[in-house]
Amino acid sequence: MSVLADLAGAMASGAVEVVDLTHTLDPDFPVIVLPPEFGQCARFRMEEISAYDHRGPAWKWHNLHMSEHTGTHFDAPCHWISGRDVANGAVDEIDPAAFVGPVCVIDCSAESAEDEDYILTRARIEAWEAEHGAIPEGAWVLMRTDWSKRSGAKYLNMREDGAHSPGPDAGAVLYLVEERGIRGFGTETVGTDAGQATHFEPPYPAHYHLHGAGRYGLQCLSGLDRLPATGAMLLAAPLKIRNGTGSPLRVLALVEKETA
Amino acid sequence: MTDPIAPPPKKNPQKPQAVPLSPPAARSRAALGLSAAAAEARFALQHCAECGAVQYPPRDACHGCLSTDLRWRDTDPAGTLIAETTVRTSPNLYFRRAAPWRTGTVRLDVGVSVVAHVHGDCEKGGRVRLINRLDRAGQGVLMALPEGETPNMADDPELRELTCDPKHRRVLLTDARQANAPALAKALLDAGASVVFVGEAETWRPYPQRETLAAMEGVQLLPLDVTDTSSVVELAGEIGGKVDILVNNARFVRPGGILSRGDVGFAQREMDVNAFGLMRLAQAFGPGMRARGADGVNNAVAWVNILSVHALASDPAYGGFNASQAAALSAAQTLRAELRPGGVRVATLFVGPTEDDWHQDVPPPKVLPKALARSLVQGLRDGTEEIWCGDVAQDLRDRLRQDPKVVERQVSEGGA
Amino acid sequence: MRTPQSYDGVVIAAPFSTPYTRYSTETAHHWLARGLKGALDAAGLRKEDVDGLSVASFTLFPDTPVGLTQHLGFTPRWLDSIPMGGASGVVALRRAARAVQAGDADIVACVAGDTNQIDSFRKLLSSFSRFAMDAAYPYGYGGPNAMFALLTDRYMTEYGATREDFGRICVAQRDNALRYPNAVMKKPLTLDDYLAARPIADPIALFDCVMPCAGAEAFLVMTEDEAAKRGLPAARISSTIERHNAFPDDPMQLRGGWEMDRDTLWSCAGCGPEDMDLVQTYDDYPVISMLQFEDLGFCDKGAAPEYLRNKDLTVTGDLPHNTSGGQLSAGQAGAGGGFIGLVEAIRQVTQTAGPTQVAEARKALVSGFGMINYDRGLCSGAAVIEGAA
Repeated sequence: MSVLADLAGAMASGAVEVVDLTHTLDPDFPVIVLPPEFGQCARFRMEEISAYDHRGPAWKWHNLHMSEHTGTHFDAPCHWISGRDVANGAVDEIDPAAFVGPVCVIDCSAESAEDEDYILTRARIEAWEAEHGAIPEGAWVLMRTDWSKRSGAKYLNMREDGAHSPGPDAGAVLYLVEERGIRGFGTETVGTDAGQATHFEPPYPAHYHLHGAGRYGLQCLSGLDRLPATGAMLLAAPLKIRNGTGSPLRVLALVEKETA
Repeated sequence: MTDPIAPPPKKNPQKPQAVPLSPPAARSRAALGLSAAAAEARFALQHCAECGAVQYPPRDACHGCLSTDLRWRDTDPAGTLIAETTVRTSPNLYFRRAAPWRTGTVRLDVGVSVVAHVHGDCEKGGRVRLINRLDRAGQGVLMALPEGETPNMADDPELRELTCDPKHRRVLLTDARQANAPALAKALLDAGASVVFVGEAETWRPYPQRETLAAMEGVQLLPLDVTDTSSVVELAGEIGGKVDILVNNARFVRPGGILSRGDVGFAQREMDVNAFGLMRLAQAFGPGMRARGADGVNNAVAWVNILSVHALASDPAYGGFNASQAAALSAAQTLRAELRPGGVRVATLFVGPTEDDWHQDVPPPKVLPKALARSLVQGLRDGTEEIWCGDVAQDLRDRLRQDPKVVERQVSEGGA
Repeated sequence: MRTPQSYDGVVIAAPFSTPYTRYSTETAHHWLARGLKGALDAAGLRKEDVDGLSVASFTLFPDTPVGLTQHLGFTPRWLDSIPMGGASGVVALRRAARAVQAGDADIVACVAGDTNQIDSFRKLLSSFSRFAMDAAYPYGYGGPNAMFALLTDRYMTEYGATREDFGRICVAQRDNALRYPNAVMKKPLTLDDYLAARPIADPIALFDCVMPCAGAEAFLVMTEDEAAKRGLPAARISSTIERHNAFPDDPMQLRGGWEMDRDTLWSCAGCGPEDMDLVQTYDDYPVISMLQFEDLGFCDKGAAPEYLRNKDLTVTGDLPHNTSGGQLSAGQAGAGGGFIGLVEAIRQVTQTAGPTQVAEARKALVSGFGMINYDRGLCSGAAVIEGAA
């Protein structure tokens, strides 16, 4: 109990800060775009039920309509074909302990600013580990690109040959999953994969390998520049949707303030 | 010769809005036949099926032989203006405000006399032709025009009351992402629209004709997603007071019937864009347009929905989409009644299969954007409620008039 | 066509006109009651003495003359409703006369009148006729003004009539109205006033139009013996005609149904136009008076402007016309407008017209015209009546 009491005290004193890594759900927030003959991810929509008016004099509320994968969201293993047989692969089945864990942040913002198709490789991760130590088992690993600072058309960065945004290659994901045993992988872009990942081998390697191994994806994260490379705690609990393949999230990080 | 109407001056912010008024709207059931023909700008009168006598005013039985078999038929509109008057005062508020108002008696060559509105270029005793148009009450009325075209003919104030001419008017065209948007915008501008606001959804992903649209003088691209209530409300807050013609071209279409799709995902999207989108637009823009029905030269006049003709008889290959078109058509009928008090016309532009990505395997004839744009402008100039664009739409219309059930069978068996 | 039987043994008596008011908060029932009471009082009769009732009114709704019997406490054995507007006087007369002649009624009270509440005229127009609703009102909604404007325009084009020609009729009637105490219009009218008046629907201007008002007109029809027994001044009916929807194929109305029946009228009357001491035409718009002079044989078709240019139409003139001022100057009390000429003619030939009395008036022609159903008046009628020698 003293751990939580200490935590409470630290939070009250400001020694531990709660950082919000979530985009506002907004009708104009981009969603992933698939070829038009496929079904599409629903955009976030909100219809007013009443607003202290003839439809309900003392209250205001809305009905929401969106996809499991709209806005800042969680990908469960069963989201991808490689994870369809993973035990407890749907959001309602996942052990809630899995949603909370330590987080490592690999800062690729400089590279991504240079190259919109920047690829995170195993070598880059190893270089990060050389600096910050090995990624512990059960960690959330987040790829910081500062992509969340982009808006409008620059976010998907869609052109005739598809979207252009950074992401990992298969080698990087396999390393994290097989050799580091991570809990899950998160990005600031619309997916855990790069914009051009349909042309990778296999296509969408992050989705394929993460979910195939029963790991989770976090995407459309915001403000990763506010996290330390290591030492923070991430809370990313999806809605408990029966057989859900994902869920919109409110992603929080507990960050220890540097005591200067 | 008609004086060309000048562009409207800027509004005097201290002057109250002119309240929309309607000419007398009451009609007998028989006379509604004239309105039905006017909805398509056809000049039709009742003809006796037994003795052939032409009837006017509309009747329930033939004045020649008492037969009750009277049929509306397209009729020779040629005649002579044998008397005229200019009404300078009227107990009816609409005409009182519009006065002086020229009317006259036209003796048609088919042998009936007709009291009609009279175009300023008609000469008393001269030859005229009658047109049948919807008035601001939404009812069919007859107007005498000179036999031939005269300069600025459409600018005659009485005729302009019967049409929805884009000249000097501001148009909101929804859905810039439709490939036909540039063609529609250009046609409206060419027809004299002072500005065409083009609603643009999901600016976060590109589309091919954006540059073309953005480069067109008179086009303003503005954010509008008809599936997003807040976006529709926001745009109405910005330009709702200056939309004189709304052309709802928002469309989501995917091939597929009901069983073949296996889910309602596309259907929801189709309903959301095509039917609910129409309702959202109506709720945001309708009240303002209805209130601006008498707002001078650029008053609010028309709301056009571009719908598939298969709203009327579903082609199962596009069964899900057609259900949304039928829903939109029904919603538009309600909107028509709701906007009528403002004199704002709700028109349906029925179109056959269009030449686009989603009708690749549909055999021709298919409607090209330019043809659609032509029909749109013509419909506005005629002030029609139903505009039929393309051979497929017109053919289906004709066959539906004969036997809707037969058409349903033919269409469902792949007969277009 | 057979020749109508004479009206021997039947007379008209007790003409009565209520004063007219421009607007009234009262109902048609009120005005009809006043008209009936006036005629009965003039004849010294109780309402129980009346066993026939003929009613013409536009504003009785939701009642009909049937409801009026209970409302006013009449128990007639003969009841008629005359929905013929400007033709209702002549038509009411000829039907009542035949009823009395046949013994279906002994004394028939004929009454016509309407109220004119502020919105009555607008309401009346909106429910006047189906063809008007379908094919006239949507085109400028000038009410009858616009339709008569078209007829006037056509008549002027066809026959060369001028505004001055119409104006002379109106000016003479105003002269007559100045003698008639019940007239609504009390100011003299000059031809210049007429020509300078506010345009209503070209070529119709203000003084071509009647003034809608509230009022009633009534008279009694009874046997000659009954009138004699009571010592009532009475007029005999020499001849009557009635016609509806005449000449439907005429492109516009330049003639009325009188043209079809005038030979019958004059041959039954045993006299001609030249024998008339006064003429009461239906005058809602002077062009219609011209049609009546032509169609009833006073002059050729199209010649009325010229014919009337050489006539003095005042009470003291050589062709006294609409001696109480007609509707143009006395006012149009709804359906009462169909009675005003007849009631005044009865007064004239019974020498009871007072200030408007034409000297030695004995024979009068009364003409009626009614119901612009769409583009033309459908009902026409005329009667020649005669006072005691």
